[in-house]
Amino acid sequence: MAVLKMQRISICALKKDRKAILEKLQSLGVLEVDHVIGEDEDFHRMDTTGQRAGFERAAASLDQALEILEKYVPESKSMFASLEGKKQIDPETERKVQEQRQELLKTARSIADLDRDYAEQLAAVNRLTNSIAALAPWLSLDVPLKSMRTKRTVMFPGTMPGGTTAESVYTLLGEKAPEAEGTEVYIVSTEPSTVYLAVICFQEDAAAVEDALRSAGFARPSQTWDEAPAEEKSRLEQQIADCRENADKIAGKIASFAVKRDELKIAADYYRVRADKYSVLGQLPQSARTFVISGYIPQCEASKVADYLSGKYDCMVDVEEPKEDEEPPVILKNNPFSANMEGVVESYGLPTRGEIDPTTIMSFFYVFFFGMMLSDAAYGAIVAIVCGVLVAKFPHMSPGMKKSLKLFFYCGLSTLVWGVLFGGYFGNIVDIVSQKFFGTTVTVPALWFIPLNDPMKLLVYSLLFGVIHLFVGLGIKGYLCLKDGKIMDFFCDVVLWFMLLIGLILMLLPSEIFASIAQTAIEFPAAVNTLAAVLAAAGAIGIVLMSGRGNKNPALRLALGAYDLYNITGWLSDVLSYSRLLALGLATGVIASVINQMGSMLPNNVIGVIFFIVIFIFGHALNLAINLLGAYVHTNRLQFVEFFGKFYEGGGRPFSPFKQNTKYAEIKEETLS
Amino acid sequence: MNIAGELGIVYALLGAAVAVLFAGAGSALGVGIAGQAAAGVVTEDPSKFAKVLIIQLLPGTQGLYGLLVGFITLSKIGILGGGIADVSVSTGLLILAACLPIGIVGLISGIAQGKTAASAIGIVAKKPEQFGKAMLFPAMVETYAILALLISFLAVNGIQV
Repeated sequence: MAVLKMQRISICALKKDRKAILEKLQSLGVLEVDHVIGEDEDFHRMDTTGQRAGFERAAASLDQALEILEKYVPESKSMFASLEGKKQIDPETERKVQEQRQELLKTARSIADLDRDYAEQLAAVNRLTNSIAALAPWLSLDVPLKSMRTKRTVMFPGTMPGGTTAESVYTLLGEKAPEAEGTEVYIVSTEPSTVYLAVICFQEDAAAVEDALRSAGFARPSQTWDEAPAEEKSRLEQQIADCRENADKIAGKIASFAVKRDELKIAADYYRVRADKYSVLGQLPQSARTFVISGYIPQCEASKVADYLSGKYDCMVDVEEPKEDEEPPVILKNNPFSANMEGVVESYGLPTRGEIDPTTIMSFFYVFFFGMMLSDAAYGAIVAIVCGVLVAKFPHMSPGMKKSLKLFFYCGLSTLVWGVLFGGYFGNIVDIVSQKFFGTTVTVPALWFIPLNDPMKLLVYSLLFGVIHLFVGLGIKGYLCLKDGKIMDFFCDVVLWFMLLIGLILMLLPSEIFASIAQTAIEFPAAVNTLAAVLAAAGAIGIVLMSGRGNKNPALRLALGAYDLYNITGWLSDVLSYSRLLALGLATGVIASVINQMGSMLPNNVIGVIFFIVIFIFGHALNLAINLLGAYVHTNRLQFVEFFGKFYEGGGRPFSPFKQNTKYAEIKEETLS
Repeated sequence: MNIAGELGIVYALLGAAVAVLFAGAGSALGVGIAGQAAAGVVTEDPSKFAKVLIIQLLPGTQGLYGLLVGFITLSKIGILGGGIADVSVSTGLLILAACLPIGIVGLISGIAQGKTAASAIGIVAKKPEQFGKAMLFPAMVETYAILALLISFLAVNGIQV
């Protein structure tokens, strides 16, 4: 339960060791670079944007080549690929790839070129296919599709609007170009909107004939060919076949690069890491011979790094506490169980300076409430087994994923326990199956009680757990006040509230309302009743008097105090909010029973059993999924709104160290032991 | 059995119908509203499918709560499992009244939660790393459906048939 203590480390070393030191720091990945000194006449920053952009470009072109490879030869991935995490490689492989990096860049470029060629071939196929389509209406013409002439005659092809016939053309020519006798018109083909025709006439009449035809919508074809359309078509088809063959060859060539995939990935990561290094290099203040690097480092690593560096290089290493006005980044450090809930805290906000890490305390409530909301032994077992197997099977999955799965593993165990306490195994599957198939109803007894039979009892317990949760939250607030030495705040904001709330609860317990809810009357001795009244009154008066203590005006102070007392309604709604523990638990159980009931309505024969199994599997899978989601969301809500609302704000900055930020493969990080 | 006695079971069944009908309709509308936003995000970035699907599902619980109350009511009046109970008119009306909270709150909160979920899907579209927070806003709306469920459930459970 802690936030790792951060220190500022500043290293001043000789420029000749710059590369070695930077690379060492990067592979250690424990330093977040953060410079406090600016440029002056001695120290200047180096402009590395050019190199950095170069490395980034190289990484991008390798990434692009990998994407292209993925398109042609998809990498076979299992269903659980996202769980496998980055591939682990040893430094030896890394070094080998580094040596070949120029070649690999060339390979990447040629992959990109080949991809472009491939696209060109496909474009050509498209173009040729369009040409064939344009040629289709002319296929029955057995002369080349262009204007041709003999010694005395001329032939030209063209199109006219739909509905044109040879007769209508002759009539038209008779009207518009009466001198052009001996003109021949051949209709090549007819489509609803276009008629394709060839016209033969004497050379001297050609202009008049064409003008006459144009007036009725004649147009020359947009493309001309030197061969007869049928031959032209087979030529084009041949070209298409050639293009396709070329495309296949290119695809084959690209596919042959697939063996290089791993090396390309490592090289891409290599360039990415170098780009990061140069971006850090650009931030370093450097004098003629020396450079300075400064940043935050966890305290546990600081001395190791300092010893290692000052032992190996000529350098000055200075480790100091962060100053008051600095906001150092945050790393959470918890026991192996609670560490799995760090993701939950992170998604709300990391602790700022002065706040404590709430993870450890929250983790127990988290698992407790989660199990209570899902509360079915079989569901819990399924969740725990699935998560446990996945974690065991994929050791290299990303740390965040691993934490989430382990979180659900523990929540599954808790669900199992609550399920046994409440007697829920796939709802009431044991009853249904024994009654339907074996004739006698067997009920697995609940270890505690069955919520459906006694919901009020569970409601009271839910609210009780809620009160405990909230009181722990208020207690942490008190602890924080004491830690900071704010005794007055501790007394006014925490102790007085505890007095008021405990007093009110003690007054409520013997009342009739509570008796009707809990179905048992509680009798306190008179002394306790008096104590309750005194506590509540003292608390309330104290709050009215003290809440507005920051204000000098007495009237305003009392008004603010009274307003703060109004927060009692907030406490009421916070406590009632825990009734969801009951409601969600009931929802899981009852809907599971509905599914079982549906299955049991089928006849008791082979088909009935098959359908029963199908309904069972699908129904319970659906119910598990939706209630798992519900339990997760509402457990988070209870922590974030009700619990954190009492003492925690968050807003810290996560630690983002200078490290080997790779995308595909992970090189075993070095550690200083 | 006179006509008035027969009406009792009708009111009780009407109660079950109200719970399932309105809560289910609320969820259908809510999931639909959220689904439109989810589909929009997936057209831009299919890799967010799982995340937006989870948020789309959040307004779906009201329908389940309605089903729960409906189921409890049906088994209470003996329509499930044979042997219809002899329900008096007043008991029937009591059951109908008990079913109203989850029906009406389910309808309204389903729609409201659907709208919130649609906006939460907008968060995931722009800042996928804020998924945890995005999921919480629709859950706030759901609280009131849970409260209505509790009252409906406790009321139906408490009515003696």
